[in-house]
Amino acid sequence: MQDSILSLVTFTPALAALILAVFLRGDDEHAQRNAKWVAMFATCATFLASLFILFRFDPLNTGFQFIEEAEWLLGLQYKMGIDGISVLFVMLTTFMMPLVIWASWDVTERVKEYMIAFLLLETLMLGVFCALDLVLFYLFFEAGLIPMFLIIGIWGGKNRIYASFKFFLYTFLGSVLMLVAMVGMFVEAGTTDIEQLLNHQFGSETFSLLGIQIVGGMQTLLFLAFFASFAVKMPMWPVHTWLPDAHVQAPTAGSVVLAAILLKMGGYGFLRFSIPMFPIGSDVMTPLVLWMSAIAIVYTSLVALVQEDMKKLIAYSSVAHMGFVTMGIFAGNQQGIDGAIFQMLSHGFISGALFLCVGVIYDRMHTREIDAYGGLVNRMPAYALIFMLFTMANVGLPGTSGFVGEFLTLMAVFQVNTWVALVATSGVVFSAAYALWLYRRVVMGDLIKESLKSIGDMTRREKAIFAPLVVMTILLGVYPAMALDIIGPTVAQLVDNYQTALSVSEQATRLAMN
Amino acid sequence: METIILFSPLVGALLCGFGWRVFGERAAMWIATALLFLAAILSWIVFLTFDGTTEQIQILRWIESGSLSTDWSIRLDRLTAIMLIVVTTVSALVHLYSFGYMDHDPQWREGEVYKPRFFAYLSFFTFAMLMLVTSDNLAQMFFGWEGVGVASYLLIGFYYRKPSANAAAIKAFVVNRVGDFGFALGIFALFFLTDSIRFDDVFAEAPRLAETQLTFLWTEWNAANLVAFLLFIGAMGKSAQLLLHTWLPDAMEGPTPVSALIHAATMVTAGVFLVCRMSPVLEFAPEAMAFVTVLGALTAFFAASVGLVQTDIKRVIAYSTCSQLGYMFVAAGVGMYSAAMFHLFTHAFFKAMLFLGAGSVIHAMHHEQDMMNYGGLRKRIPYTFWAMMIGTLAITGVGVPVWILTLGEIPIGFAGFHSKDAIVESAYAAGSGIGFWALVIAALFTSFYSWRLMFLTFYGEPRGNKHTHEHAHESPVVMLIPLGVLALGAVFAGMIWYKSFFGHVDQVAKFYGIPYAEATEHAEDHDDKTQAEPAADGPADAHHVDAAEGGQGDEKGHGAHHYAFVGEPGQGSLYVAPGNTLLDDAHKVPYWVKTSPFAAMLIGLLFAYWFYIVNPSLPGKLAENQRPLYLFLKNKWYFDELYNVIFVQPALWIGRQLWRKGDGNVIDGSINGVAMGIVPFFTRLAGRVQSGYIFTYAFAMVIGIAVLITWMTMSGGAN
Repeated sequence: MQDSILSLVTFTPALAALILAVFLRGDDEHAQRNAKWVAMFATCATFLASLFILFRFDPLNTGFQFIEEAEWLLGLQYKMGIDGISVLFVMLTTFMMPLVIWASWDVTERVKEYMIAFLLLETLMLGVFCALDLVLFYLFFEAGLIPMFLIIGIWGGKNRIYASFKFFLYTFLGSVLMLVAMVGMFVEAGTTDIEQLLNHQFGSETFSLLGIQIVGGMQTLLFLAFFASFAVKMPMWPVHTWLPDAHVQAPTAGSVVLAAILLKMGGYGFLRFSIPMFPIGSDVMTPLVLWMSAIAIVYTSLVALVQEDMKKLIAYSSVAHMGFVTMGIFAGNQQGIDGAIFQMLSHGFISGALFLCVGVIYDRMHTREIDAYGGLVNRMPAYALIFMLFTMANVGLPGTSGFVGEFLTLMAVFQVNTWVALVATSGVVFSAAYALWLYRRVVMGDLIKESLKSIGDMTRREKAIFAPLVVMTILLGVYPAMALDIIGPTVAQLVDNYQTALSVSEQATRLAMN
Repeated sequence: METIILFSPLVGALLCGFGWRVFGERAAMWIATALLFLAAILSWIVFLTFDGTTEQIQILRWIESGSLSTDWSIRLDRLTAIMLIVVTTVSALVHLYSFGYMDHDPQWREGEVYKPRFFAYLSFFTFAMLMLVTSDNLAQMFFGWEGVGVASYLLIGFYYRKPSANAAAIKAFVVNRVGDFGFALGIFALFFLTDSIRFDDVFAEAPRLAETQLTFLWTEWNAANLVAFLLFIGAMGKSAQLLLHTWLPDAMEGPTPVSALIHAATMVTAGVFLVCRMSPVLEFAPEAMAFVTVLGALTAFFAASVGLVQTDIKRVIAYSTCSQLGYMFVAAGVGMYSAAMFHLFTHAFFKAMLFLGAGSVIHAMHHEQDMMNYGGLRKRIPYTFWAMMIGTLAITGVGVPVWILTLGEIPIGFAGFHSKDAIVESAYAAGSGIGFWALVIAALFTSFYSWRLMFLTFYGEPRGNKHTHEHAHESPVVMLIPLGVLALGAVFAGMIWYKSFFGHVDQVAKFYGIPYAEATEHAEDHDDKTQAEPAADGPADAHHVDAAEGGQGDEKGHGAHHYAFVGEPGQGSLYVAPGNTLLDDAHKVPYWVKTSPFAAMLIGLLFAYWFYIVNPSLPGKLAENQRPLYLFLKNKWYFDELYNVIFVQPALWIGRQLWRKGDGNVIDGSINGVAMGIVPFFTRLAGRVQSGYIFTYAFAMVIGIAVLITWMTMSGGAN
């Protein structure tokens, strides 16, 4: 079992989905309950199994661990494995999914299909973080779109068709270029094994294509192709506009998964492919990416300031927070990448919780319009407290996990480009403004609106869903070493390799010029 | 013991905030208060037994990444010890006071439980403030810094039904964040330069910073100046200095005990504390220090001028706080950190007392805050009257001018007299003309608005609602005890600690744990300097010559007593550069300088007496005659209006433009114009998508992708 623990974890949810699909018949209340319990049981089991990975994981080993290799159909290779960069994403996924299922306890429409979609989605997301083969990675990466597309398209809001297609097309079109790049990589390196690709040096001699000088050569082209896909996934400005629409239309649980886990695939992709495999290309593109990140932070924060829909506001704030991630990654130093990974984990908990917060009142009032609320604290003190905590975590209050990531990434980028640091740091002012303004309009004030007079506070189930998120947010904020100890050594290795590659190429350039 | 001091307020906050359902409301409040008193008593023990050596206590690892390493830890030195007693003492008294003040608050409905929440916030604030002052690195300081910001936000917005309170709370947090923006950049710059943000490492590197150039934004900067400047932006936000001061008057929306604790005695002084804590860096950053001085002086003047015409009793005191903070920054800016801390210390007592006294008046007057509706309250609330009187005597700096009588070497007077005069003398000795004159004029204004407050409130005929006046009653004893304790501080704190804060070099050095040396050597240095300087600067630098001559005279008199600071940066809790002889110089300023704040105080008192006792119709007439000036002051120099026009509205406008035009037209319009063309086509398929074929469809897609990849990979391989 120990040898195939990753596959076990990855495919347990899919197995449960299969069981549901094959054995569960009917759509009465009884069947619905069974579907929920099967999903709950499977996700919890997955989480428990993944704990085993976490405890057996050796942080000081910077290579891949728990490697599994097997022949697959058509001569392709099945290879799984994790390292310090991916292990916590696996944990994030398995941790969030039971909460997501539990938050969907009140779903009544097509419950069986709903649960199948989420279970499949979990398998595909875990697959992305574990895959060590290009084809396998691509398969998981792209296939993950489908359940999400369906979740938005079937269980979403009024405008769900538009949103789901926008989501699908954006992310899918981005991926086509990645696919071409993968083919190119295979052609050049002769393998699809990620471990071997990491050790392969892709060409970086400048050449001209269609009359355009391409600095960094092949690496820059490959980088750009991957970038197209990951930037949409993140999402980075200016290809972020699918996200607010998708969030607004998605059901609560869909939003949580989207924000907490799916967005992290882009960041993970940068760390797994772009930086280590195309260091020269990354370096060439760094100024562009840093500025896109800084603009994203300010731009989306300003846009968030004027939103009238709660989910849209939080979606825009997500884009801003992902800006810190890309900024940290491309700062290219230890603090930046540590901070970026930490920020992704922390954002998983915080944005997940914020979307759940919206879900709590949406379930009661069936509107996300900010103006429809006001004065909730009068009748929902527990809700007010939890929403306050996550609002503060969202604005990066020290002592919550939100602070550590922002602090590290900003500190990192200051060492690289002070202009970008200045612009990005101004985000702390805007985030405070939009987050507190949202909180003030929804929670504070007197309770005047007739429709809210009988609104009830959170139920025990709702409180229980938030409890683990509260714990993680504060725990990671007070004792971030918990996560940083695990990612640190691998990141140190990554940064070392990256800087070495850059200095080697710099020397080569200097030699060539002499 | 330090750990107990630090965590007992946190325990209190948690027990009180979450446990009141278990213990009951009153018990929860007593638990929080008792823990605070425990912290206060232990703090005094620490302060009185502290021997001057810096102590560090590690608690837990915090952010570690590569070469960055920060801990949760306690740094105990004299600066921390001073702040410990200020914070815990005022906080404990405010907790006690709140039992009376918050009882039967008319903002709340029958049966609503709000007191445990209030006490929990107060205790949480105290915890965050203690984290700030005990931090051993800038990251933990930032934690405390933002923590007190949150507590302040929660407490300003405590009356959450009031729109104005909510607006004020957000304003306070956001404006503070502007300061934090600078603070954060300062931390990043320091890490970039010294590869550490622990105080010990940073201080040790400080001399090197002065010689380092750093490219920041468009140009090269001197590293020490840049760091000091960025950190000071943080201090400006928290301490409500000019340009970032607009939140403080609005913060008066919070309950009055909050104003006393957070917006007078403790949180707003965090900026001063930061500047003093970073003295090793500031000593190497002359331009940044000049900026601190000028801004402090301008704030002292500006805030005092606005305070002249406000009619809300709490706003008057709020502007007064703002102005007094300006004094502290002038002291720090000219390099007299000890005097800044002195004023911080005494100010905490008398300003907390003024606020609590004002709270007692407000309590008596059924939450009426407009002074125009007070009058003649002296008889109705005598204890409060005497407390306010002591506070006013302290803030206006009443004392016996030194050339008349001193007690040993200690001048006689109320607490504010010592610390304010120390600052004014230092400003003069440092040759800061703007600092000196702005402070003297501000002292005149201070005296005027303070006495105006007293006369309008306690003297004359009752104005406003008759009913309210008839029912005006003295506050309960839990509110009067804190006033009494603070009164002791306001009267005696200056005299007791005068020597420690503003005595001779050896006394001050011993107090702060700074190494000092008997200084024949230094005396020679000093002589050299005094001889060299007039030659270089010419007679224009007249005051310096005065000071130097005084110095020589003094040396002849007490040659044996002469000491000088000789510490390295990081030794002791303050760093005073070897060339900084300000402490000596300040004692040797001419008598007219030493007397000028006193004279200003008298003039202010006389004007206030004339305006509000002798001829009460005069202020109205003056306001009519000088209408533009009156409106300018009344509307706080129109800062709020200006900021609304140049910051708030444009931000919202840009946000809307970016959203509608940027996201809507440009990005969605162009980038996915093609894709959008496809969408309608798919929308037509939507019927089918929804009707049960969905999984077939999805399955086909997965297979499709798989086949596609496989084919492309294989064919790619064939090449």
